[in-house]
Amino acid sequence: MSARNIGIVYRKELTEALRDRRTLITMFVVPLVLFPLLSVGFGAVITAVIGKAKEESPKIMIKGGEDSPAVVAGLKKVEKIQIVPLDPDWKNKIINKEVPVVIEIPAGFEQNLADQKEQTVTIDDYEGDLKSEIAKDKIEKYFHDYRDTVVKERLAARSIPATVLKPFELKQQNVAPPEKSGGALFFGGFIAYIVVFLCLNGGMHPAMDLTAGEKERGTMETILSSPISRAHLVFGKFLLVLSTALATAGLSVISMGVSFAIANALHTKPIQEGDSGMTFHIGFGAALSVFIMAIPLAVLFAAVLITISSFAKSYKEAQSYIMPLLFLVIIPAIAAMIPGVELSAKLALVPILNVSLLCKELVIGTYHWNYIAIIFASTCVYAAVALFLAIKMFQRESVLFRS
Amino acid sequence: MIEARSLSKRFQDKKRGEIRAVDNVSFTCHPGKIYGLLGANGAGKTTTLRMLATILEPTDGTAIINGHDIVEQPEKVRSCVGFLSTATALYPRLTSQEMVEYFGRLNGLDEPTLKKRIDEIFNRLDMNEFRDRRCDKLSTGQKQKTSIARTLVHDPPVMIFDEPTNALDIMTARSIVDFIRECRDRGKTVIFSTHIMSEVEKLCDTIGIIQSGKLLTEGTLAQLRDKHGEHDLEEIFVKVVAPHYVAEEAR
Repeated sequence: MSARNIGIVYRKELTEALRDRRTLITMFVVPLVLFPLLSVGFGAVITAVIGKAKEESPKIMIKGGEDSPAVVAGLKKVEKIQIVPLDPDWKNKIINKEVPVVIEIPAGFEQNLADQKEQTVTIDDYEGDLKSEIAKDKIEKYFHDYRDTVVKERLAARSIPATVLKPFELKQQNVAPPEKSGGALFFGGFIAYIVVFLCLNGGMHPAMDLTAGEKERGTMETILSSPISRAHLVFGKFLLVLSTALATAGLSVISMGVSFAIANALHTKPIQEGDSGMTFHIGFGAALSVFIMAIPLAVLFAAVLITISSFAKSYKEAQSYIMPLLFLVIIPAIAAMIPGVELSAKLALVPILNVSLLCKELVIGTYHWNYIAIIFASTCVYAAVALFLAIKMFQRESVLFRS
Repeated sequence: MIEARSLSKRFQDKKRGEIRAVDNVSFTCHPGKIYGLLGANGAGKTTTLRMLATILEPTDGTAIINGHDIVEQPEKVRSCVGFLSTATALYPRLTSQEMVEYFGRLNGLDEPTLKKRIDEIFNRLDMNEFRDRRCDKLSTGQKQKTSIARTLVHDPPVMIFDEPTNALDIMTARSIVDFIRECRDRGKTVIFSTHIMSEVEKLCDTIGIIQSGKLLTEGTLAQLRDKHGEHDLEEIFVKVVAPHYVAEEAR
């Protein structure tokens, strides 16, 4: 290999790439805008929307209950709800999101309670609507408390201790460190997905431009008439695609760390916050580990992208070949986010899924060194095979002069 | 010097089966002379020249260019060849100077030599005004000059021109013709393909007529006139090519 010739090709391709608006957008703008938007922006918006909905006093209608004044009076005392008169068209009011919840109290509710007859209170709501869900939770809590009080009174009337109905308490206790559980686990997978996706995205346009684009513009014949060997030419182009893929992945990791740090500092309770209320952040070590694991993946992507797009006659044709690849990458990256999908010896050999699963662990600070070794080695092997294919592809006249 | 020895190129086509694009073609081009390869579209001119430039590999036969075998030493061949065609475009995001520098470096020139060569060529071709302008912003004439500078930067002894004036305006085409003549006057071996009779008459020392991948006849213009009993080159061309053309059309 002539390092000089590869260097000449690489320098020229880099010069062109840095003058190409599309490359600059995917390399810099996407990672530097996407992460701040996801963490600070999107997180702040979600927090604001949920907070506002929780602060509001929803208008609630009661159907029935005229013969049960105690229950209705109790409901009127529930904080941050407004009891409004029943509208005959109450179902449509819920559907039109004018009223979040309607409570149906059966006739003779209090009398039936006294008689210990079975009966059902219905809460009509709009499933999936945030305001309706919040209102329903408030009403549900009221009726649960009310029912518990009734049960306690009945037991007391019969001189039966409450432990008869509740012989023991069941308590769930999380022993995993807060930064490694709950929302953090999910979000680790999400970050891995974003890094994998942007890594591919960063290399996509340059790979198509440097191969199919060259054929389309007629510069392929120009370069093939120069003394450089085709292997050196492919290697120079490959290094440029690798650089853009890694730059995109690197900037994504940096942007991710900085964005979360800012989000946490601003107390916007970003979307990565788990149920336990802990604040999630990405340490320098975790960010560096994710970037290191992205290297063999970027090598694999760069080689595969060059191989596929060099087969195409035009940039447009290359795009149609690359689109299915996008799905092939996204599916395993999303699979890594599914709860229960964990690293194993077998999965450590599945390209993309292995790196995604590992990144998920790395982000929360867990290092499985045996898996790291397997994943690094297997991805390097896949990348070498893909690079070999790319060089072979460039040596085939039927590919270079496809018409 | 170029010595083509039984050059052949076959392609496989899914619909038409095996295509003999170039079939057993042999000829010799000497330094300080221009060899014109004359043929209709699809006659095999481009494939022949691409093989000589080592862009394509021959299926059979070979050629010796400046003592190097195109099959055995393609990289050495490319370093002593300047290849120019209307298909050899420029990198749009590089400047005219960067384009020429890139090819100079690929041809192994060191930086001081490269700088000297570029200054020399840019002065000679009057390119200084647009040397820092990006290729996608150049006029057709300026692009053509940049292409010429690109082929000349390593001062190759052999020049291959594949229909260099195709689809160019008269003034740009004229500058290319002048450049080809200049290459011959500087002692370079020149081969160029065209289907424009007037260019061949003006420029070529030896003319080869190619059709269906076969070199049907060759010689100086005077020799061809004597051989085929016609004065006008177009008449000679039609007389030579017509039987093969009709047979090919019938197939």
